Amino acid sequence: MSVREESGGREGFRETVPAVEFVGVSRVHPGGVRALDGVDLRVERGEMVAIVGPSGSGKSTVLNLVGTLDAPTEGTVRVFGHDVGALDDGALSALRARSLGFVFQRFHLAPNVRAVDDVADGLLYTGSPARVRRTRAVEALTRVGLADRIDHRPHELSGGQRQRVAIARAVVGAPALLLADEPTGALDTASGAAVMDLLHELHRDGVTVLVITHDRESAALAPRRVEVRDGRVVADSATVSVSAREGRS
Amino acid sequence: MIGRGKGEGRTARRGGAKDHGTRPGNEDRTAPRGRRGSRSAGRDRLRPARLSPLDHLRTGASGLRARPTRVVLSALGIAIGIAAMVSVVGISASGRADLEATLARLGTDLITVAPGSTLFGGNATLPEEARGRIDRMPEVERTARVESVGGANVYRSDLVPKAESGGIGVYGVDVDLLDTLRAETALGEWFNGATADHPAVVLGASAAERLGVTRITPDTLVLIGDVYFAVVGVLEPVELAPELDNAALVGQGAAEELLGATGDASMVYVRVDPERISEVRELIGRNANPERPNEVEVSRPSDALAAGQAADRTLQGLLLGLGGVALLVGGVGVANTMVISVLERRGEIGLRRALGATRGAIRVQFLVEAMALSLLGGVFGVALGAVVTLVFALVRGWPFALPWWAGVGAVAATVAIGAVAGLLPALRAAAQHPIGALSAD
Ligand SMILES: Nc1ncnc2c1ncn2[C@@H]1O[C@H](COP(=O)(O)OP(=O)(O)OP(=O)(O)O)[C@@H](O)[C@H]1O
Ligand SMILES: [Mg+2]
Repeated sequence: MSVREESGGREGFRETVPAVEFVGVSRVHPGGVRALDGVDLRVERGEMVAIVGPSGSGKSTVLNLVGTLDAPTEGTVRVFGHDVGALDDGALSALRARSLGFVFQRFHLAPNVRAVDDVADGLLYTGSPARVRRTRAVEALTRVGLADRIDHRPHELSGGQRQRVAIARAVVGAPALLLADEPTGALDTASGAAVMDLLHELHRDGVTVLVITHDRESAALAPRRVEVRDGRVVADSATVSVSAREGRS
Repeated sequence: MIGRGKGEGRTARRGGAKDHGTRPGNEDRTAPRGRRGSRSAGRDRLRPARLSPLDHLRTGASGLRARPTRVVLSALGIAIGIAAMVSVVGISASGRADLEATLARLGTDLITVAPGSTLFGGNATLPEEARGRIDRMPEVERTARVESVGGANVYRSDLVPKAESGGIGVYGVDVDLLDTLRAETALGEWFNGATADHPAVVLGASAAERLGVTRITPDTLVLIGDVYFAVVGVLEPVELAPELDNAALVGQGAAEELLGATGDASMVYVRVDPERISEVRELIGRNANPERPNEVEVSRPSDALAAGQAADRTLQGLLLGLGGVALLVGGVGVANTMVISVLERRGEIGLRRALGATRGAIRVQFLVEAMALSLLGGVFGVALGAVVTLVFALVRGWPFALPWWAGVGAVAATVAIGAVAGLLPALRAAAQHPIGALSAD
């Protein structure tokens, strides 16, 4: 709520269409499980939001809905103003290809494929030519600090490096919105911290970031925290985070 | 530093207007680099990009590259089926090429005229004037006659018991015979005017083998009836007159004088104008024996050669059927591999969907993968079939022939098989829910 007020205050200068908007969103699974129950949420462009909550609370459900990989059973999900429920498969795919980037707990790197090719596949569905995809992939790997690993295959990389390859793949298309579901879940503290640093850097560069984390410390570092419990948003530090961000810029 | 750095390139890459990623918090920083602009909400129509055919191919092939062993094993069934079919086609084409070469060499213009049987089942004879009348037909180019001499056995020496004479036939022949048949001598020489009336003999190829005649010296003799004949020559096998291979040929004069030949022709070989061969076949019986044309047996030896080739058809049909079964099994193998592949790669499917692949793109990917898998088997099978054909042709001494349509057809067939085998798995892959796929296993 307070975010809305904030943006109202900056009317003349900021976009009116938020990155993400949930209006009364519920997600009921066929078995009758209410993974989400009437959630309202608004994430402005350029925000970084940590989603926290106990296991089974509905965090991944939120992220999947934002990522248009899932559809609500009630309510409306808008991503950059697009009503997700109203889009067909082609439009959703286009939205994902151009505007969304995903990072998963399990990195989902293709076995036996060189890092540069895997990252280049992040652009495959944008329609850019192969040469461009490769160039961008090298750039993206350089940005995540893996310039010297571009020809390595997943089994030749550490867990942290693999996750950085996955992040490079997620950002190679320069998405406006990056969604990370427990990106540090499979990593040790140090690599996890490096990955979180990377996400913060992306945020600083203007990417809207939604990250699910179990790690209290990383969550505390995020400008805004949304806490989910039993399918509802029970706490949102929106006001604080926006002020903090303003102070920074 | 991450993600941004190349702001200009980014905008260009996205075709400018499609960017939903205008970032309110960063105007000051990003605007000077030209990637800001006053684009509004980003409600422009969302159209998925089309993948180029090459990208489809690359993506489809990527699944194969990751699992080479499985690819080899599942392509093998297709390869065997195609190899069987291609080699059947190749072998029969090579055989036909050989037959054509043989016929071109021997000519298809030879007709034989022989006495048939009478209405009552007895043996007919050709009238004495038969050869003369045939000779006078305008379409006839040359003739030669032979007379089968009954009751005369052939031995290498009088020490060989009668039972081992090997059924060698004895013929009285004209000097013209060699040229009319376009036969050739393997050893020695054919009759000339002088030797035709002497006790001289030319042996057919298999008769010489049975009698153990491998070279000719002045005292190479064979015993025919109770007369010693000097062997003057041995023939190469005569393809148009195989009856002469296991025969001892003596001049007609000597045959009548020494072996009791009667002068009745048992066979007349006729070379005719190749253009008019069918008319000649109609007329020649009546010319040979105007009174009883139905007692004359007319045939064309080159037809018999061609018919021998056709007899292989049953075997060919059987092999083609087997190839078809192998191909079917191969297709089922490909389908099976694809079903497993789709199950195993749910994570990849989910990821690709998250990266922006449409259902259609996933469908095409798996369809292409199945077609490529099958095609691989097909190409290997064509190569294998060609090698089998080559080896077979070499062994048989045939020219190698493999019609181009066999290769093209095989490749097209395998692509079609791959498409059919891959259809269901591809539809399943495309129908997979991205979340289910991502959280799989
Ligand atoms: N496909 C499904 N069918 C039925 N119930 C489901 C399905 N997916 C999720 N759920 C349920 O929805 C609820 C929310 O799941 P979700 O994955 O969003 O939790 P989470 O907060 O991400 O948990 P974790 O921290 O363990 O990842 C859970 O109770 C879960 O059992
Ligand atoms: Mg989860």
